Amino acid sequence: MNSENKVDVIVVGGGPAGIAAAVTLARADKKVVLIERGKFSGSKNVFGGAVYTQPIKEVFPDFEASAPLERRNVKHKYSILSEEDSTTVCYENKKSVQYGSYTVIRAKFDRWMAEQAKKEGVYLVEETVVKELLLENSKVVGVRTELEDYYSNIVILADGVNSLLAKSINLREDIKPKDVALSVKEVIKIGKDKINDRFNLNDDEGCVYEIFGGPMLGILGLGFLYTNKDSISIGLGVALNELVEKNIKPYELLDKLKAHPTIAPLIKDGELVEYSAHLIPEGGYKKLPKLYSDGVLVVGDAAMLVNNLHWEGTNLAMISGKLAAETAVQALDLCDYSANILSQYQKKLENSFVLKDLKTYKNLMDVMHDRKYSFLEYYLKKVNAFFEMFVSVDSIPKRKKYIDFIKSVFTDRKITELFKDGLSGIKLLWSIFK
Amino acid sequence: MSIDDKLSTVKYTSDIYSHLNPDNDKCLNCQSKCCTIVCPANVYSWDDDKKKLTVNYENCLECGACRIACEKKCIKWEYPRGTKGVTFRQG
Ligand SMILES: Cc1cc2nc3c(=O)[nH]c(=O)nc-3n(C[C@H](O)[C@H](O)[C@H](O)COP(=O)(O)OP(=O)(O)OC[C@H]3O[C@@H](n4cnc5c(N)ncnc54)[C@H](O)[C@@H]3O)c2cc1C
Ligand code: SF4
Ligand code: SF4
Repeated sequence: MNSENKVDVIVVGGGPAGIAAAVTLARADKKVVLIERGKFSGSKNVFGGAVYTQPIKEVFPDFEASAPLERRNVKHKYSILSEEDSTTVCYENKKSVQYGSYTVIRAKFDRWMAEQAKKEGVYLVEETVVKELLLENSKVVGVRTELEDYYSNIVILADGVNSLLAKSINLREDIKPKDVALSVKEVIKIGKDKINDRFNLNDDEGCVYEIFGGPMLGILGLGFLYTNKDSISIGLGVALNELVEKNIKPYELLDKLKAHPTIAPLIKDGELVEYSAHLIPEGGYKKLPKLYSDGVLVVGDAAMLVNNLHWEGTNLAMISGKLAAETAVQALDLCDYSANILSQYQKKLENSFVLKDLKTYKNLMDVMHDRKYSFLEYYLKKVNAFFEMFVSVDSIPKRKKYIDFIKSVFTDRKITELFKDGLSGIKLLWSIFK
Repeated sequence: MSIDDKLSTVKYTSDIYSHLNPDNDKCLNCQSKCCTIVCPANVYSWDDDKKKLTVNYENCLECGACRIACEKKCIKWEYPRGTKGVTFRQG
């Protein structure tokens, strides 16, 4: 073993999870190396997206003073699109959203976080791929990069959704297509004034927009739109098995979303700045990998810690990174890096919102996969059909229209479908509240 | 807008080696050729004359979808070397 290359902890992956872990360790005066394969942190990362103020403050309390932020989100829109029409709900609070969010560009924001970590003593190694983990008596003792080997007492795997490293030591099974969503995204330059006009915003106020249906009717997928300073991020995520089974190309789906009559005016005359793609872990609580073993901890997307219904991932990543680092500090102080001590990390996660939330939604994806035609097509269209009926002035008595609408819910499909939906709904609610 | 136009907005540093290596013997018997469907960068196409999967690895966005979706689980899938591959400027 080369003692020159030995540190307390090696963190693999300079995303939010890895950076949060590394900086927490540096603050406890531990020697920590953070290895990132991209030219810089953020250069391989893609998200919606919005980062959440409160969890970031747990790691970078003053981030609002100097981090590259795009807009402070004051508006949350939800639209249900059918082929032609749509229904939209919007929650708006321009004064104060105490636990709010900001839109960011990952190539800038992750890079900023990594720079902060560096200033606090993290040794950052960029443009370096960790190829494999080094094992001794089945304990993880270091990593092999393309150029050299690094040794440490503990390795934290923050290498993102594909985590080839967690898989290499059997902490997780190979991911199934149904347990990830493939996401494609476009950043479209529109100009600050136009964005403010189109979304009814002032200055640096931002809008988060979730989109159901449209080209994804009957498909397990969700669209998103976020306002940046002078551009818009628009994209969608679709369960990978759906693309395979339905023979759909992801970018063609996005083109259809962009052309929908409700969406098209928002991005009109925009210029494509960058196209990108990334996977999202969707397996949830039931697909959690093993989170620790001798000498190793798994955090963030590598541990599949994403709350997909709420588009939350960076927060689970950062908090899991922080909790893993705190566990590592305890282990280092005890000079015991065994799974036994590192299991504290799982306990900490269980006591935090991270695993509590994943547990709350543990049945959500199963229900959605099972009943997708109902919940992601039939009822979505029905909402729009209701409003179409409600606003149509056609000399038909209102009472008849209401009765016909209610009847249609029972006659559109086999009555057993309605029964199954009800049962799934109750089961889901029961699993959320029990 | 064509996928090539979309990809022209992405910054790449190409390597001379492919980091994506499907086992063509398995591809020959693959029914779905689903890598050609799911890939967001249109990296894969099936050449019916040569009976070979063409891999434009230079366009890869490094998402990992093909590895997971591959019908035969036969893609030797690696990250490009540290200085190579995609560099998102937005992300
Ligand atoms: C389309 C989309 C929209 C999303 N929207 C939101 C949102 O709005 N809000 C939100 O909070 N979350 C969102 N998420 C989820 C969020 O992006 C992730 O949960 C979060 O980035 C996970 O952080 P991480 O650090 O675990 O992984 P990542 O951010 O993926 O970072 C992993 C890092 O490890 C590096 N790496 C990987 N392998 C190696 C290796 N072998 N050697 C060296 N380095 C390696 C990578 O280059 C990368 O920098 C979204 C995700 C997607 C795909
Ligand atoms: S899906 Fe896999 S086996 Fe089929 S053609 Fe593509 S790489 Fe080959
Ligand atoms: S990793 Fe993603 S972008 Fe690259 S070839 Fe596979 S599917 Fe295409």
